[in-house]
Amino acid sequence: MLAIISPLMRIVEIPMLALQRLLGMNRLAWVFLAPNLILFGLFAFLPVILNVAYATTGGSNVLLADRPDVGLRNFATLTDCGSVLDPNSCREDKFWRAVWNTTWFVTLQVGFMVGFALLTAIILNRDIRARGFFRAVFFFPVLLSPVVVALIWKWILQREGVLNAFLDWAGPGGFNWLVDANWAFTWSVFISVWAHMGFYTLILLAGLQAIPRDVYEAATMDRASPWRAFRKITLPLLAPTMLVVLVLALIKGVQTFDEIYAFTGGGPGTATTFIIQYIYEEGFAGAPRLFGLAAAASLMVAFVLVILTLIQLWVNRRNVDG
Amino acid sequence: MTSVNQGGTTVTKFNLAAVSAAATGLALVAGAASAQEIRFMCYSDGNECEVYDDVLDRFEAENEGVTVVVDVVPYQAILENLPVQLAAGSGPDMAKVTDLGGLTQFYLDLSPYVDSAYWEASFGDTLDWYRGAEGGDAIYGMHSQLTITGAFVNATLFEQAGVDMPADDATWEEWAEASRAVAEATDTPFPMAIDRTGHRVGGPAISYGAAIVSEDGTPTLSDEGFAAFVEQFVAWNEDGTMARDVWAGQGGATYQDAAQEFINGELVFYYSGSWQVGRMDEQVGDFFDWQVVGSPCGPAGLCSGMPGGAGIVGFEQTEHPEAVAAVIDFLAQEDIYAEVAARTRNLPAHLGVAEAGVEFEGASPAAAAALSAFAADLADVAPAAFRYQGYAGNRAMFGITAERVSQAIVGELTVEQAVTRMASDLEAALAEQN
Repeated sequence: MLAIISPLMRIVEIPMLALQRLLGMNRLAWVFLAPNLILFGLFAFLPVILNVAYATTGGSNVLLADRPDVGLRNFATLTDCGSVLDPNSCREDKFWRAVWNTTWFVTLQVGFMVGFALLTAIILNRDIRARGFFRAVFFFPVLLSPVVVALIWKWILQREGVLNAFLDWAGPGGFNWLVDANWAFTWSVFISVWAHMGFYTLILLAGLQAIPRDVYEAATMDRASPWRAFRKITLPLLAPTMLVVLVLALIKGVQTFDEIYAFTGGGPGTATTFIIQYIYEEGFAGAPRLFGLAAAASLMVAFVLVILTLIQLWVNRRNVDG
Repeated sequence: MTSVNQGGTTVTKFNLAAVSAAATGLALVAGAASAQEIRFMCYSDGNECEVYDDVLDRFEAENEGVTVVVDVVPYQAILENLPVQLAAGSGPDMAKVTDLGGLTQFYLDLSPYVDSAYWEASFGDTLDWYRGAEGGDAIYGMHSQLTITGAFVNATLFEQAGVDMPADDATWEEWAEASRAVAEATDTPFPMAIDRTGHRVGGPAISYGAAIVSEDGTPTLSDEGFAAFVEQFVAWNEDGTMARDVWAGQGGATYQDAAQEFINGELVFYYSGSWQVGRMDEQVGDFFDWQVVGSPCGPAGLCSGMPGGAGIVGFEQTEHPEAVAAVIDFLAQEDIYAEVAARTRNLPAHLGVAEAGVEFEGASPAAAAALSAFAADLADVAPAAFRYQGYAGNRAMFGITAERVSQAIVGELTVEQAVTRMASDLEAALAEQN
């Protein structure tokens, strides 16, 4: 093997030595970093710059060069409101409906998901029968594609779906779940919790397992009740993991799009239209394609996500610093 | 598409390699000099692309050196990807499109390459649909499928309910009343349904007095006639006359039809269009009797449906404009057009073919009667409906209608608010449209 590699290395060595002589030792680092920097620049940095540029242009042309500069007009359109609490008073009412839907969705989804994930992690951390099986069962939905999740639940909840067939058989009779705004929203939250809870359960389970056993043993010797042990030991020691889970879930919640779009299409009306769907529809699905408005909205979402990410970084750093 | 023939001469191994290399080199040089590959982006409602691929083999045989590659894509790709490709200059040479007036800026003017008089005589007013806001007398596209909206009714349910089917000139209210009576008598879930798209409600709204696109080309979605129709439509969704699932079960401007409900026998009256005939024919079978009754009449005294369909266009960015024009012109010839219409079971937009009549291949008596009924209904299409179909910004208007009317149906907006929003959305869309 070495006999093959050595001559090959010698072929590379010659130009590298020449480069080193030309650039010097310190600058040579840039040569090694260049491929990654180029890829990062092309696929991460450049799109951000383009997004900012599009946000300041109008019209429906695709090419930036063909688009008129409109300054901050797109941002002004989005924020032109009598009261942001009342979407009907806003010029771009669909944006604010999507903002409020997302806010409610994230609040409920994250709350329920973190709560249920904690409960599940605590149960799965106990010495119960078939623990490995149950861990797999709770994690399984995470492996499913969002569209598959949406189609499974649509199949269950549609007018002639499995749930209504059961309700018809059991007596109370079926209900048109996906045509009623409140029910469609409720089921969207439920499905999202069902699909993602396993991931957070796994993180919390790892956090629980990192808590030293002897602390619980000491509590037992001091005759502390299980509830007191949970409040005084588990929760405080799990708090750093909980914070990470909370921030991750918040970021993921704000980005919700694919599974709910495939599940309800954002309806009925705009009841389950979230901010990412609004951006998609304005920029790519509607006519005319309002790339500028979509780019401006996406920058506003990015601002919120940056804040959430900074919180996560701060939490992580605090954990590392102890 | 192309084939290579080899002779049967016996040669040595060395000679074979040398001859092959020389032949390949010559073929490449010759190919580069004469081969013209035309990429045709096509979507199918039924078997259209398959039939085009077949008839274009004949074109290739007649035009040595021109190869037409039919790229079959989903309809969504035509709506969403094609405009972006064209704007980026990387589109196909030709395509089958439905946003007829919305892509005018990219179309290749065929008039320098074809017999304009023949085209004007054969395709008449449909040529205007491709001219968009520009107008003029350029020839941009061949309308390959003429469609018209209209109603399918479940005749068996009417018979079972003992309710007489309303007359040919019956109004929307009369059909609603009859459909409700049938649904009640036969325990059918839904009396009526209209596909969820702004295009489909265009005809009924015009019959209620909406101008939509005035004679001077001004669009509006907020006049009295339009508001009256929206009010009635929302009321029918609220009282259960219309299948609420169709419009309330979706968000945004997403298209939703009710064909499956009709096919399942759960719907008495289904307002859709002529392109559904093949599907009804295949899927309803002898499950029940169905028929096409055209478009009901409205208070304005009109009984209009909406015309529409798809057409084949070339794009200006092609490197082979002459060949592209020749391909489209070939498809526009009366005998070829008639053959395609017959094999794809589409209503012809070619006036000569329409006049001669089309013997639809493999169509059952019910499907043939349905297609004839739709063809006869073309006479009732109001001028406003033709203007709406030809209006360059109609896709924006279709989307706005679907979104705002849905919001009124689910109670997010009142009818008045919805109509006001439609007006402001349209104003904003027109300001942004290039």
